[in-house]
Amino acid sequence: MSARKTLAVLLGSGLLLAGAHVSGAPTATMLADTCAGCHGTDGASTGPATPSIAGMSEIYIVDSMKAFKSGERHSTIMGRIAKGYSEEEFKLMASVFAKQPVATTSQKTDATKVAAGGKLYGGNCEKCHDEKGGLADDDAGILYSQWLPYLQYSMEDYKAGSREMPKKMKKKVDKLSDAEIEALLQFFASQQ
Amino acid sequence: MNKINRRSFIKIAGAASAASAIGFPMIAAAAGKKQVVIVGGGTAGATAAKYIRRADASVEVTLIEPNKDYYTCYLSNEVIGGGRKLDSLKFGYDGLRKHGVTVVHDTVTAIDAKGQKVTTQGGKSFSYDRCIVAPGISFVDNIEGYDAAAMEKMPHAWKAGPQTALLRKQLEAMADGGTVLIAPPPNPFRCPPGPYERACQIASYLKAHKPKSKILIIDKKDKFSKQGLFTQAWDRHYKGMIEWVKAVDTGGGVKSVDAKTGTVSTEFEEYKPAVANIIPAQVAGSIAKVAGLTDDSGWCPVTGKTFESTIHKGIHVIGDAAIQAPLPKSGYAANSEAKVVAAAVVDLVNGREPGTPSWVNTCYSIVAPNDGISVAMVYNLVDGKVAKVEGSGGLTPMDSSPEERAREVQYAYSWFNNITSDIFN
Repeated sequence: MSARKTLAVLLGSGLLLAGAHVSGAPTATMLADTCAGCHGTDGASTGPATPSIAGMSEIYIVDSMKAFKSGERHSTIMGRIAKGYSEEEFKLMASVFAKQPVATTSQKTDATKVAAGGKLYGGNCEKCHDEKGGLADDDAGILYSQWLPYLQYSMEDYKAGSREMPKKMKKKVDKLSDAEIEALLQFFASQQ
Repeated sequence: MNKINRRSFIKIAGAASAASAIGFPMIAAAAGKKQVVIVGGGTAGATAAKYIRRADASVEVTLIEPNKDYYTCYLSNEVIGGGRKLDSLKFGYDGLRKHGVTVVHDTVTAIDAKGQKVTTQGGKSFSYDRCIVAPGISFVDNIEGYDAAAMEKMPHAWKAGPQTALLRKQLEAMADGGTVLIAPPPNPFRCPPGPYERACQIASYLKAHKPKSKILIIDKKDKFSKQGLFTQAWDRHYKGMIEWVKAVDTGGGVKSVDAKTGTVSTEFEEYKPAVANIIPAQVAGSIAKVAGLTDDSGWCPVTGKTFESTIHKGIHVIGDAAIQAPLPKSGYAANSEAKVVAAAVVDLVNGREPGTPSWVNTCYSIVAPNDGISVAMVYNLVDGKVAKVEGSGGLTPMDSSPEERAREVQYAYSWFNNITSDIFN
């Protein structure tokens, strides 16, 4: 680690703060446990709307929290809470959730829409949201078995422009009707 | 060899540690497992029990709670408003038993800090290495005539369960055109936005079923939590139905009640409401005082880092009973405090220095069927005290859209499901 990088890490973890004495960084578990009240124990949400964050990649969680904190990604409450943490702390939290298995939910979905979504999935989503949205590679969130209202809110925000869509995703989404998008969301939500 | 049951084991362990004081330290060490006794199985106590076992399954945790079922206070205003069944707030302790917690249904009558021992009404005694006290609240006799009999006529409904059901029943029985009087308590008290969310929930019911009725809030305070957002909601959804009267205008709020005649009095006026919801002033749950854990305020002073009592070493007080400001007396804060203390207690019984704490509070209020508001905050430890992390948290914006408000309701329900599962499953 270069001297500069070490300094950045120390600054980020609050070890070099002068004046008021802030203790060393909390442990990853200490930080992650504070999320459970809304996102469920170990990040497996019992729903109906707060997403499960269990099994999401570190990159995805850290990027999301940074975007919530800056306001770049729309939220009701997450942005207000994100403002309480440093990027180092986001990384610590993320390290806990990334180790968890993807959570499976049991929620009501519409079989006809699920079937229609299943047909659209391969050509539109699979490349980035592999394994029916269950593979947490890189910067893709977990869609597999994800709570449907959360998926719907996310698409509403993407379409309203209050959350930025990756270019490749936008190309696909622009060509899909509202009914097709809903079918895809039902498909992801229905996974067991 | 005789079977050693739990109680005789404790006796042996206790004898061993007594022996160590006179020179047999090896016996004490061999006595084995560390004992944590938790007094109170509400949000804070139950969370602590589970999270200690999660962190270190070698620690024996005994949770002592008089009731077989726990009713959450959170979302109980929806029961009062008629949108939810009381049973949906009911949680048992089998989930904690699955984590290896020994749950004892009994009432703690004494905590001996020096002897590190908890005794119960049932005549049992439990030795501990660390004790966690989470007794919630008890009521102060600050309103003349508001005795146990009056509570059955003018329910407080500030501990969920039969009182919640009673207030609901009275609202159902009330004729259209009546007045519901809500008397919120002075600070500090459990769930600061609660009385004002309750006004919304009751108004929502009255608007649909008894639209000529009114709600009169006679407060012991001159301002209250989320005031701007609540006032906006009252104006938006229940125009002309809710009147809030601050303490200074009544000479300090409700002074006395006469349950027999149904009269509620302030310094200057008498009211005869159709339904009276009288919420008395509050202090820490009564065992805290019995155990000498409270100060003159009636609440329990604790250190910021581990919530260890500053009066009695070896005892940690969490949840509503603790003087935990700036953390509020809320369910989320109790859950968050419990996890920090669970980690600290596991460190302490294992001879380690506890780590740096981190806390969160999130608190939703449902002001109409599709309208939710919230307040949130992140807390850290600064100079040994709990402090708000600068720039974090805050309220739902006054100008948030109907869609955002609807989402907050869904997130409030999600919060309820997740936190209760985090506590009891």
